[in-house]
Amino acid sequence: MATAQPATLVLRHRLAERGIDRVLLLLIPAVLVLLALFLYPMLYGVGLSLQPRAGGGMLANYQAFFLDSYQSGTIWKTMRLALPAALINVGAAVPIAYRLRGRFRGRRLLTAILVLPVTLGTVLVADGLLRYLGPKGWFNRVLLDLGIVDEPVRLIYNYWGVLFSLLITGFPFAFLLVLSYMSGIDPTLERAAATLGAGPWQRVRHITLPLLAPGLATTFILAFVLAFSVFPSANLVGEPANETRVMAIAAYQAAFEKYDYSMAATIAVLMGVFELLVIALVLLWRGRFYTGTTGGKGS
Amino acid sequence: MTVPTPHRAGWRQPYAWIVWGGVAFFLLNLAALILSVLVNSFAVNWFGTWLPSALTTAWYADAWQEFGLADVLQVTLLVALAVVGLALLLGVPAAYALARRDFAGKRLVMLLLLLPVLLPPITYGIPLATVLYKFHLAGTMFGVIAANLVPALPFVVLVMTPFIEQIDTNIESAARMCGARTRQVFARVLVPLLIPGILAAGILVLVRTVAMFELTFLVSGPDSQTLIVALYSAAFTPGIRAAQAIDAMAVVYTLLSSALLVLALMFVNPTQIVAQVKEVTPE
Repeated sequence: MATAQPATLVLRHRLAERGIDRVLLLLIPAVLVLLALFLYPMLYGVGLSLQPRAGGGMLANYQAFFLDSYQSGTIWKTMRLALPAALINVGAAVPIAYRLRGRFRGRRLLTAILVLPVTLGTVLVADGLLRYLGPKGWFNRVLLDLGIVDEPVRLIYNYWGVLFSLLITGFPFAFLLVLSYMSGIDPTLERAAATLGAGPWQRVRHITLPLLAPGLATTFILAFVLAFSVFPSANLVGEPANETRVMAIAAYQAAFEKYDYSMAATIAVLMGVFELLVIALVLLWRGRFYTGTTGGKGS
Repeated sequence: MTVPTPHRAGWRQPYAWIVWGGVAFFLLNLAALILSVLVNSFAVNWFGTWLPSALTTAWYADAWQEFGLADVLQVTLLVALAVVGLALLLGVPAAYALARRDFAGKRLVMLLLLLPVLLPPITYGIPLATVLYKFHLAGTMFGVIAANLVPALPFVVLVMTPFIEQIDTNIESAARMCGARTRQVFARVLVPLLIPGILAAGILVLVRTVAMFELTFLVSGPDSQTLIVALYSAAFTPGIRAAQAIDAMAVVYTLLSSALLVLALMFVNPTQIVAQVKEVTPE
């Protein structure tokens, strides 16, 4: 006893020096839950995707997916919706957040109004788009009465309906994040640039944007993730059989309409792979841009 | 102390007008969109005219009875509160460990936390649903809560970590010097200091869980549907339910979730969710 105690004490000290002590026990429940509910199902899914229902080699499902253009076309259809939606949301959020960065009366109210669409929910947005942009909806009525168009513009049950729905539900998130990053930039930097004779546009171009770039990359990633899993809106306001048959729909159909869980897992895995590919590219760009142009100033 | 008002200077620039014009256009269309759902939910019927000919509140009563809205709302709140409670209980201690310690394998843990936030819910939702079906847990409340915990728990950890990093370690050391044990440090020192962060994380998880469609949709059964899933099922099988009743339900959903958001905004400064920034003091 008398000799064992110092030995464990020494060991404990050594581990503590490497940051391992009893505080880490606090981490264990959360990690266990994620291992059980996230990592295990994910690995199970990957395993499942390698055991095709119809037999064939391990990769038969993946081959089938890429050879069938109706299936592999979903990749392009998903990207075609998610990339522009994320780009537009981030792009629109920047100038608005820039205008709102200072302090003025009504700032909080305007922020709240711009964030509130988060609560609408995909179904209300989808329903609203069907009513508002439909051939008999107010939007087309105004256009017809003003004589801008001769017949109703078709904006629902196709690509545009889904894109609009993604913009409405995704913009508040992008805006909130950009505003948050924007408020994190020290305003004295801009004032210093003004003292040195920089005009408004130069200040934006050379001070604000470079400092904002890492935050913009993060925002883009999160906006893209949000838009990438379009499922309800693609079904409700899109053309789920054809133009807006995104990967999520293909995966859902494989699992719950054809009961081919192996194929569903394959599509789910591919969905993750393609999404992470885009994220990796953005992160790569973020790393280069950030260190390259602003060197030193922490975010 | 006169604050230079940036907006007054801003109004003179044509560029500012373009931005505000864009915002106004967006908000105008959005308001019209919401209004058209709202009007329709009160309409007796509405075909091809500017406004419906007669108004009624009957659809709300209809929706309440036909959809069993009372049950659905109960399930929704139960699931959301359970997810919030569990996520906070597991997430805050984990965030503390991550904020205070550097250890081998920390990056792996971070990756495990980031992936559920970054991957689309369908990607892990489908394998998770398969696993839950295998263990006969799909379709139960437990399954729905478990599935929703997957994105909620990392979210709490990621939101809480910067909050904890801000707390001076000296305060904890002082408490320990006075003889407080770990549990007491948590209960008497950290939690009171972290209340704003915990509220922020909790309410955000609440809002997200109420809005989480994909995961709940994949694992829920008839008795464990949340409002948004019930709403989607009604909207996706048109013809069975009257469009007005679906709209009425959508309005109820929006009222519920905007009440939650307004509650959230009362406690959280929306710009401080990602980065903890001190409000710039006017000079």
